[in-house]
Amino acid sequence: MTSRMDVKKLVLTSNYAAAYAAKLARAEIISAYPITPQTTVVEKLAEFIERGELKAKMIRVESEHSAMAACIGASATGARVFTATSSHGLLYMYEMLWWAAGARLPIVMGVVTRAIAPPWNIWTEHADILSPRDSGWLIFFAESAQEVLDMILQAYKVAENEQVLLPVMVGWDAFISSHTAEPVDVPSQEIVDEFLPPRKSAAFLLDVKDPVSHGNLVFPDFYMEFRYLMQRGMESARDIIRKVDEEFGKIFGRRYGGLIEKYRCDDAEYALITLGGSSGDAREAVDKLRENGVKIGLCRIRVIRPFPVQDVVECLSNKEGVIVVERDISMGLCGVLATEIASVLFMNGIQPKFASFIAGLGGREVSVEDFLKMLDFSLKEFQRGNKRVGPHWYGVKEEVIP
Amino acid sequence: MSKPGVLRLFPEEEYVLPGHAACPGCPIGIGLRYVLKALEGKAIVVIPACCTSIVAGPFPRSAFKVPVLHIAFAAAAATASGILEALEAKGITDVHVVVWAGDGGTVDIGIQALSGAAERGHNIIYICYDNEAYMNTGIQRSGATPYGAWTTTTVTGKREHKKDVPAIMVAHRIPYVATASVGFPVDLYNKVKKASMMKGLKYIHLHAPCPVGWRFPSEKTIEVARLAVETGMWVLYEVVYGKFKLTGPSARLLDKKQRKPIGEYLRLQERFRKLSEQDVKELQDFVDSQWEYITKMLER
Ligand SMILES: Cc1ncc(C[n+]2csc(CCOP(=O)(O)OP(=O)(O)O)c2C)c(N)n1
Ligand code: SF4
Ligand SMILES: [Mg+2]
Repeated sequence: MTSRMDVKKLVLTSNYAAAYAAKLARAEIISAYPITPQTTVVEKLAEFIERGELKAKMIRVESEHSAMAACIGASATGARVFTATSSHGLLYMYEMLWWAAGARLPIVMGVVTRAIAPPWNIWTEHADILSPRDSGWLIFFAESAQEVLDMILQAYKVAENEQVLLPVMVGWDAFISSHTAEPVDVPSQEIVDEFLPPRKSAAFLLDVKDPVSHGNLVFPDFYMEFRYLMQRGMESARDIIRKVDEEFGKIFGRRYGGLIEKYRCDDAEYALITLGGSSGDAREAVDKLRENGVKIGLCRIRVIRPFPVQDVVECLSNKEGVIVVERDISMGLCGVLATEIASVLFMNGIQPKFASFIAGLGGREVSVEDFLKMLDFSLKEFQRGNKRVGPHWYGVKEEVIP
Repeated sequence: MSKPGVLRLFPEEEYVLPGHAACPGCPIGIGLRYVLKALEGKAIVVIPACCTSIVAGPFPRSAFKVPVLHIAFAAAAATASGILEALEAKGITDVHVVVWAGDGGTVDIGIQALSGAAERGHNIIYICYDNEAYMNTGIQRSGATPYGAWTTTTVTGKREHKKDVPAIMVAHRIPYVATASVGFPVDLYNKVKKASMMKGLKYIHLHAPCPVGWRFPSEKTIEVARLAVETGMWVLYEVVYGKFKLTGPSARLLDKKQRKPIGEYLRLQERFRKLSEQDVKELQDFVDSQWEYITKMLER
């Protein structure tokens, strides 16, 4: 006999974990277009549907622009929808991303983060998922396959909350996560149904019996209010994300700490900040330094939008130094995370020593050793009295640069 | 009170309401009115960026008494696919999913999404109202602008001919492709009705003379629309499961002698004012070749 508390232990890649999550969330419409390394998410979902394990409709569209358009149409009609993409696919749907958010549709999308061409590169980088950060999508980022599954379930609950009503993208790293299998606890459908009931009907859905128009022209005397309401949805989402994480913890026994995950942070003098799959190596580096008596902790960003302002402020306000290591570069400035963290710190009157590194672009490995080198370098610079270190391009092969 | 003219043939209920924001003489209100009457308002309408985005009226009101989803320029057909699948998932089968898109949103930027939805066989009524240019943005040429026509981006007249998108849709082997004109409402109404009874993607290409962009007086919309058909510049036909049939007045225009000279149509419009004799001949040849194509299709 199966009970609602039954958990299946499966060995899954993050891509498969995402497919299991969409299935457990009872997504009704799936609309996607293939791109490496997202493909296995959708292939797995197609398999679930064909085996009759998931009662969903798959719209096999001819582009990502259309994938998101179909998600918008389906979501505006009241369906729970899921899609996934990566890199060029995400950029190709850029216009529709803004549309989905502006239309306040609780779409959930997996984003397997990948570098952007040219030159062609299919490995991980966070340039794709960070580029729509002003669009009104909530942006979550997972570290493990388990977290991908859990985060997608949580994402629906947050997105569909009436105070939020905004789409959510859940990111994970190409190959490091997308194609690396690990043991995952897959909860029973019954218990997921308790946590995540079907999407509620709402007055604004497309319905011939009660016709409403979505997206009519709005003059300057009202447009700003629409944007203000989106921002308010974002602001409310912070607390809702925390509450959903708590509730999830009570039911499933796993909690992630809300918008950021802190590791050995509370008594730390230094904080390392990371995003995504290489955080495991960052954690090991922190452990090694701790062994040597350096009081350092890790703050892993789980939610990029809404930006975890209070969480970051609380975590970093008593730190001697902050070191940001990230897989992205905002060309012409520095890393996106470093910029955002620095601005939040500045606006809250906190001025720790600050080091920033661009590392691992286009899938270059960032190992424990690499983290140790960056941390070591930063701590030395801090001790020498340098308050601002970087932005440094870690590991760039100077010898091949003309 | 019974309504005048052709309207007495159609349901009384109005779905295009007074107070919409169209220019005087605009073909959009005319066309959409008959389309929604034919569907008896049981339609969810998807509208990509085009003049109709404005005609619908600004927030918080809408001039259309049906649910409308405004969407980005290139995205109409795919959005309709999403609505359709969601309706089916909910078990709703008595509502039509309709795209109402301009020529730009159909023959140019939206053709990929349209082709995709057609290939997927999605049960959608797609109506392209063709005012032969990008009017919303101020009369720029589109793939549907005819040879010789002035637009703000073809100031000496367009050098390329109109793209034949109905033929492209026929090549998709969808159940129903039709052309129509706002000047022939009964023909339009019947075609929409017919489309509404078929499964799959139904494509109707609706000729829609625009007084602002074509530069003719606003009271002449119907006259211009009718002349387009009577001169053979625009041909009314339908293709049911690949079978061609001329409809309305076009049915008797297969014989070239029955067609009025295209000059009568061109003369009414300032956009053709600078056409040389050579240009008129070029256009006439194109029109003739269009009829040759139709003759071949009729013989299939
Ligand atoms: C991606 C994108 N590019 C350009 C535009 C600007 N734009 C809005 S409507 C339009 C022309 C629409 O032309 P058509 O589809 O023929 O409809 P009409 O305005 O003529 O009724 C253009 C170019 C847009 N909204 N989106
Ligand atoms: S420009 Fe033409 S199509 Fe557009 S609203 Fe005016 S009359 Fe109608
Ligand atoms: Mg047009």
